[in-house]
Amino acid sequence: MTELLSVRGLSVDFVTDGGVAQVLDGINLDVGPGEVVGLVGESGCGKTTLARAILGILPTGAARIRGGEVRFKGVDLLREDPAAVNDRVRGRAITFIPQDPYTSFSPVFPVQTQIMDLMKWKSPRADNGGGARSPFRRYPRERWRADREAVLETLRAVQIPEPTRALRRLPHEFSGGQRQRLMIAMALLPQPDLIIADEPTTSLDVTIQAQILRLLRALVKQRGVSVLFTTHDLGTAHEICDRVVVMYAGQEMEAAPATAFFARAAHPYTRRLLASVPSPGGEIRDIPGEVPSLIAPPSGCRFHPRCDYATAECREGRPAPRTLAPEHGVRCYHPVDAPIGADG
Amino acid sequence: MSVTAAPLLEIVDLVRHFPVRNAFGRRTGWIRAVDGVSLAVWPGETLGLVGESGCGKSTLGKTVMGIYTPTAGDIRFAGREIGHLPARERRAVAGDLQYVYQDPGASLDPRWKVVHSLHEPLKIHARLSRAEREREVGAILSAVGLPDAHLDLYPHELSGGQQRRVALARILTLRPRMVILDEPTSGLDVSVQASVLKLFRNLQEAFALTYVFISHDLAVVRAMCARIAVMYLGTIVELGETAAIFEQPRHPYTRSLLAAVPRIGGRRVTLDFALEGEPPNPRDVPSGCRFRTRCPLAQDVCAVEEPRLREVDGRRVACHFA
Amino acid sequence: MRRRSRRSKEASLNAAWFVPTRLARDRSALLGLVLIGLLVVSAVLAPVLATHPDDVFELHPAERLRAPGPAHWLGTDRMGADVYSRLLFGARITILIGVIAVGASLLVGVPIGLVAGYYHGWFSDLLMRVSDVFLAVPQVVLAIAIAQTLGPSLPNVILALSATYWPWFARVVYAETRTLQKEVFVESTAALGASPWRLTALHVLPNIASPIIVRASIGMGFTILTAAALGFLGLGPPPPTPEWGRTIAESREFLPDAWWYATAPGLAIFLTVMGFNLLGDGLRDVLDPRLRRSRTAR
Repeated sequence: MTELLSVRGLSVDFVTDGGVAQVLDGINLDVGPGEVVGLVGESGCGKTTLARAILGILPTGAARIRGGEVRFKGVDLLREDPAAVNDRVRGRAITFIPQDPYTSFSPVFPVQTQIMDLMKWKSPRADNGGGARSPFRRYPRERWRADREAVLETLRAVQIPEPTRALRRLPHEFSGGQRQRLMIAMALLPQPDLIIADEPTTSLDVTIQAQILRLLRALVKQRGVSVLFTTHDLGTAHEICDRVVVMYAGQEMEAAPATAFFARAAHPYTRRLLASVPSPGGEIRDIPGEVPSLIAPPSGCRFHPRCDYATAECREGRPAPRTLAPEHGVRCYHPVDAPIGADG
Repeated sequence: MSVTAAPLLEIVDLVRHFPVRNAFGRRTGWIRAVDGVSLAVWPGETLGLVGESGCGKSTLGKTVMGIYTPTAGDIRFAGREIGHLPARERRAVAGDLQYVYQDPGASLDPRWKVVHSLHEPLKIHARLSRAEREREVGAILSAVGLPDAHLDLYPHELSGGQQRRVALARILTLRPRMVILDEPTSGLDVSVQASVLKLFRNLQEAFALTYVFISHDLAVVRAMCARIAVMYLGTIVELGETAAIFEQPRHPYTRSLLAAVPRIGGRRVTLDFALEGEPPNPRDVPSGCRFRTRCPLAQDVCAVEEPRLREVDGRRVACHFA
Repeated sequence: MRRRSRRSKEASLNAAWFVPTRLARDRSALLGLVLIGLLVVSAVLAPVLATHPDDVFELHPAERLRAPGPAHWLGTDRMGADVYSRLLFGARITILIGVIAVGASLLVGVPIGLVAGYYHGWFSDLLMRVSDVFLAVPQVVLAIAIAQTLGPSLPNVILALSATYWPWFARVVYAETRTLQKEVFVESTAALGASPWRLTALHVLPNIASPIIVRASIGMGFTILTAAALGFLGLGPPPPTPEWGRTIAESREFLPDAWWYATAPGLAIFLTVMGFNLLGDGLRDVLDPRLRRSRTAR
């Protein structure tokens, strides 16, 4: 299957006060057409950085891409002309749903202004790049009307009540859940191939989250859009993802289809992570040790200091990707071959 | 939990409203954050208080703690009414009833070294000599698992987890009988959360604490609490043993709430999830039953009469049709 | 992942050694310190540094209005007294007025600000409205009015200046206290059972010390200037006190011939006020905006 998005060996450093942090270390990641891939990991694992690197919106002063490639529909975005990427890819072929719906809108403009502004540049009906990039570029009436129709239709699809009136309101008049629906609409309007969603339901109440997850999954399946969905919550990943990738301290550890992931995860970290979810019986299992600093990370596999199965080779070099089963890859010298259950 | 003679904490019809003022300072309405809550907490137990944002659980915790004064209703702690005490006497209760913030590190004065922050509660409440205080502090520090070396540091020199332990230690120096935990694991990674919950368990055993555990995370509450109270828009809708309620929730809101929690393994919950709409504003509470605007079972009587908590199947439910 | 609150950054950067070293990098603040140092040295060592220390009281009419020369470095005034020596003794008056006036303003303004900030309700509003009234009137005008009513003397000048400057402290302290009240650690320490006294003295005050210090430094400059204005108008300490403002007033009828008579005290006032302003700005830069300056690296 030709992958829609193919990341190979991506390494990113951040320059900080305390030194150079190796935030991403040789990441490999694939997203196929029409599939929802979950990027799961705890804070500091690098999932947000990876999402930003794919979009090309890393902070320019502090971030340095040390190596690797990000191939989108065959083209390496890191080496393409940045202007072309900005025109055709960012906000168009790849769109973004941010984590915080509260600060993602400008508080002074009505929603209509902000969405139509997006459509002026990124609507599927806008011409591609050829014309002038002046901020005073004209917005032909015909196209404006067609775009607005598309906007209203998409607002209905995300279940915003009374879309015409809603457009005239200011962002603060919407609740968090409604704002997130607006963001989903804005991510769908350019008719993208891939949506990158960065923890979009983390700040929402659980009942609202359930509504949003159900909606998002239905919409993307309907339109055949791929999604890269980052989250730290395994339950959410189970709800929406076809495949799950686990990251730890800047390295990806395991990638598997959802059912295989939750039933037979092989990487020791993944297993520990699944075990630390509070169980109804009241048992609580944590992971000994702490997340390492990325300025002086452990050598080889970065989980080895906290791993029950670690041996000398784990310290010496990072394991190469190994295929355990179709679509189930793991980077570990000692993958565990047992169902998730009593042992944790 | 065996029921001993008397509850440690008893809340009777507690109400806490916040005035809404317009630009001229005139009151235009009320936010009915806590709107008639009654419950009891027995010594040694962990009572969970769950609900989504705006349900009033945090306000309830702060009102019991004395951070807010009750608009109406009684709070009885160890048999003594504390909701309407004069300030000085209320401050004395702090020795027995304590409160842990969601961000415990923020509860430490950033300009004070850890050692001073830890001595302070003892200076306020107990008449101990310096040597005796040092001994107490040392004992508490090891109970929370921190080395003595941390005494000389400022809060910002510690990691988030260590700050949490210092904040807990500060509260424990008073040897409180009851601790209200306000969203103690919110925003934490699942493995860090597991360590924190373990710590709470150990401390409960070591210090014979009673917990009121406020959280929106149902999985955590299920693991930690033997009894829970489910709140919606300022009132309790269901109250009883955790296992029973999770097994068979009786209130329609509880059912929706539990149905919304993502589970690992098995069928996707969101496929069957049916609750629509958003919770109404606490400024604009619906008449009768608060949940009726979203309830699949709503009938005419629900708009007229507010259901009271009544005994059903071993727990208390506030619904006409439970 | 550790996130430092704004206040914890303040705490670490307020360690006693840090402020002077940071300040040392700011050249204008250093200049301010030098100028203030000059003032202090002049005042303290006036009897030693003055060439004609008795000229504060003695008159030598024969030598009046001499131009600057080897005998009188800055010339003589209309009474024949040495301008330079009187200048040095004038520094004493200046410092005295400045320190006592600002000190008194602080002692009045800070508690008022604390009380108004801590309590909510009509009393706080009343206190702040009173201070607003004082602030609405230009300081110089109010000081003149008070000094005029009470009569020209040193204590009256100090009283007039304190009465006009305290609202600045009250306002700063009120704003900072209100902001601080929202901080979790204040609420949590109250929940631990700390009395309002304890909270205010041990937790609130140390955390608002920086803005108070900055305002005190700038206040010194402003107060000294206003004191000179009062002296100029004849409302300050009566002759023969060598107050700088009064000296300028005396010199008016002899301008432009006896240029040294006005220039010396004028320059002294200018340098002193500028010194305090520069130091105040430097302190403000060290104690505050640095916290808001964002780093490029994440």
